[in-house]
Amino acid sequence: MEYKDYYQTLGIVRDAPQDEIKRAYRKLARKFHPDVNKAPDAEKKFKEVGEAYEVLSDPEKRAAYDKFGNNWQSGQDFQPPPDWDAGFEFSGTGSGGAKQADFSDFFSQLFGSGQFQQNRTGSFSNKGEDHHARIIITLTEAWHGTKKTFTLTKPEINDQGQLINRHHAITVTIPKGMTEGQKIRLQGQGMPGLGGAAHGDLYLEISLEKNPFFRADKRNIHLTLPVTPWEAALGATVECPTLNGTVKLNIPAGSQSDRKLRLKGRGLCSASHNGDQIVTLQIVIPEAKTDKEKEVYRNMAEVMPMDPRQSLKRITK
Amino acid sequence: MKKQMSNYTFTLLNENTNCTLQELSDLCSQSSKLILEMIDEGMIVPAGSSPRQWRFGLKEIHRVQTAQRLIRDLEVNLAGAALALDLLEELEELRRQVSGKG
Repeated sequence: MEYKDYYQTLGIVRDAPQDEIKRAYRKLARKFHPDVNKAPDAEKKFKEVGEAYEVLSDPEKRAAYDKFGNNWQSGQDFQPPPDWDAGFEFSGTGSGGAKQADFSDFFSQLFGSGQFQQNRTGSFSNKGEDHHARIIITLTEAWHGTKKTFTLTKPEINDQGQLINRHHAITVTIPKGMTEGQKIRLQGQGMPGLGGAAHGDLYLEISLEKNPFFRADKRNIHLTLPVTPWEAALGATVECPTLNGTVKLNIPAGSQSDRKLRLKGRGLCSASHNGDQIVTLQIVIPEAKTDKEKEVYRNMAEVMPMDPRQSLKRITK
Repeated sequence: MKKQMSNYTFTLLNENTNCTLQELSDLCSQSSKLILEMIDEGMIVPAGSSPRQWRFGLKEIHRVQTAQRLIRDLEVNLAGAALALDLLEELEELRRQVSGKG
């Protein structure tokens, strides 16, 4: 079992007064709250901060914790001395049992049993907490639908009334055409309820992995397609990649850069809603290196002179 | 729209999600009182004209659940949660625009 330095977690000194502990906790809780902070480790940090506060905000738990002294380093292998919690009275306040299931082994070992254990029996019953997880899938997986297997840590209450973490694998079918932020709700896969009440639910939120070429905007898929000046000027049929293979795309004659063409139904389509692929043309000018190549540009200037800055002239007049 | 997936019952929350006040309050294990307060605060806007016809979508479910967590974890009040939700959505929208340009 690894020792946890709760003072370090909250960034405070060991003799910090209670109000400073609260201030430090509140500040870090706002910073790392998983609804506010989208960094992958935010939830872990939020829980660590919550665990530290759970102990240090309670004078009894703090006194018990302080008994180990300050010679311990975070992460160091740690075993509490036998009967270490004798002589401390625990008044049973603090957060609900469900929340504590997220805490570390260090916490459960010290405060999850014996004097500090909370009374879980009684007539009180409450539906278990919902769990939320983000699942990252590629745009191609979103387009076609996919199956993914996750390992979930699911807390359960054993015969002794203690919360223990069980790992189990779950295979989830993600239907075709789910978009960023949409969710799958798995009933009864959340936290256990108290007093025999129903389990909470597990919500899986879809997050789409960044793709170097395609970008999703809700159901529409955006792609920038490079074309030559003559394809844009004269019109052409070119090959255009989509999330489901290559299609032929007609470029109308006289197209300018940034022209948007719509491929209907080539975006993220679900059973009931369709999306399109929006292709943005980007005209790429060939480099003129040889004399002959330069001559082509000079000819163009002569045959079709133009002033692309016409609209800017109004500014200076 | 409930479906069976191996051993699990699952529901997709997408554009088709359309729940009543009672369903929303069951889904969020929340009394309809708080949901009514959230409607009052302008945090969620149901479709439909009268409470009997009210329908809530994915966005409303997400907002109610997020507000619940913010209120519980950060001890903000309803107006504070409403402000945080609005700012978070604006931030998300700006991030989306930036990543679209980048």
